[in-house]
Amino acid sequence: MVHQYKLNGFNIVLDSCSGAVHDVDEVAYDMIAMFENSPKEEIIETLLTRYSHRKDVTKDELEECYADILSLKESGQLFTEDTFEDMAGTFKERSGNVIKALCLHVAHTCNLNCSYCFASQGKYHGDRALMSFEVGKRALDFLVENSGSRTNLEVDFFGGEPLMNWDVVKKLVEYARSIEKEKNKNFRFTLTTNGVLIDDDVIEFANKEMSNVVLSLDGRKEIHDRFRIDYSGKGSYDTIIPKFQKLVDARGGKGYYIRGTFTHYNPDFTKDVFHMADLGFTELSMEPVVGKPEDETTLTPEDIEIVKEQYEILAKDMLRRTKEGKPITFYHYMLDLKEGPCIYKRISGCGSGTEYMAVTPWGDLYPCHQFVGEESYKLGDIWNGVTNDALREEFRSCNAYAREECRDCWAKLYCSGGCAANAFHASGSIRGIYKPGCELFKKRIECAIMMRVSENSEE
Amino acid sequence: MKRIKTLETRNLCNSAKKGGCGECQTSCQSACKTSCGVANQKCENKEK
Repeated sequence: MVHQYKLNGFNIVLDSCSGAVHDVDEVAYDMIAMFENSPKEEIIETLLTRYSHRKDVTKDELEECYADILSLKESGQLFTEDTFEDMAGTFKERSGNVIKALCLHVAHTCNLNCSYCFASQGKYHGDRALMSFEVGKRALDFLVENSGSRTNLEVDFFGGEPLMNWDVVKKLVEYARSIEKEKNKNFRFTLTTNGVLIDDDVIEFANKEMSNVVLSLDGRKEIHDRFRIDYSGKGSYDTIIPKFQKLVDARGGKGYYIRGTFTHYNPDFTKDVFHMADLGFTELSMEPVVGKPEDETTLTPEDIEIVKEQYEILAKDMLRRTKEGKPITFYHYMLDLKEGPCIYKRISGCGSGTEYMAVTPWGDLYPCHQFVGEESYKLGDIWNGVTNDALREEFRSCNAYAREECRDCWAKLYCSGGCAANAFHASGSIRGIYKPGCELFKKRIECAIMMRVSENSEE
Repeated sequence: MKRIKTLETRNLCNSAKKGGCGECQTSCQSACKTSCGVANQKCENKEK
């Protein structure tokens, strides 16, 4: 399957199934578009007519271009057939019931009152609760027991606001460190926080123990303070910015993301990304809000078109910043074409409900953080394990080939079928699709590939 | 090739041979938490 597009002055040809990317001129671009549908003589005749104003487009030269395309096809870099479907199911079956990542909901409560919160201000449509050390410890043991031969285990301290249960977080990290050598595991912790309770103790501990820290900031003060307010209605921007700056300065190069949410009120979100950069942050992520169609914050079809343009603006500006020696990273544009994930990863789906699960403060298991609170999506608990086998099988069957709509999509080896939670919220089924999400995803991948093409052309 | 520049990329068909170690991060864990993508994940396979 071949995907062709023009962006930022480049003619780009992506051979989806081999992963090959070609930066071509417009003549080759047109020839590739016709290559599989017309005989050679007809293609050459058509292009001679189309480019009759150009001296460099001769019959001999077009013959040469045709031979180049043919050789790319023969070497498996163009028009590569999709032969991966049978592998998609078998890989997940082979990995059995191995779990390698948990999202620990250590606090179903929050000190901010953001109306757009997918987790209903941290409560996940239930009661406020904090995870006890005993429940957290059992969750870590459950993860180790179910991780098979996997060495790297990911644990995310999530909420609500996890700093509202900070002592338990610290004790759980200490406990995990005390068992990882004996169990031959490597725990990688992430802390996702709104920043309000960050102090020197949090900074020191998080920078020592957390592989990654996700810091929630929506960008410009007026954008951030529209939603990210405390219970008295006061915006949190002025409180958190100096704390985030101090934490990041002291982080010593370890991973972090400044992560924002954009909504119907700021589809021009690149201004917020640039604001983050102006504040001195370089590792940035900005995500479309998750919500119901009737929510006031949900992106409208008009917003989606604006957002697509914004992704292009962002990609071009990031190239400019890199040239000027002041690069920034945007999560979705981190696309490593040389060392990226293998085909198994690309076809197997996101891992929710099989190798990744969320744990509530009282120890229930859900397929991922976005399903917590949906009672019918409860998988089991950390004492008895997964008891809803049918649900796990449903998640196991989610892969790049599980949806009819994805069958002919060039991007399926980049998204692996997309987010089950987004699909569920949009269509009522994890096997459905969230179409606006697909559109944005495709635009982001096009931009990310264009950036690699541009960087390559500079070399 | 005059009109075509091919970037150096990991061949996905070949990656089937030594792929699938499973050590990589799950897709939106530790990052965006809302919009799944797999292509920007880091490969953790030491024997590829």
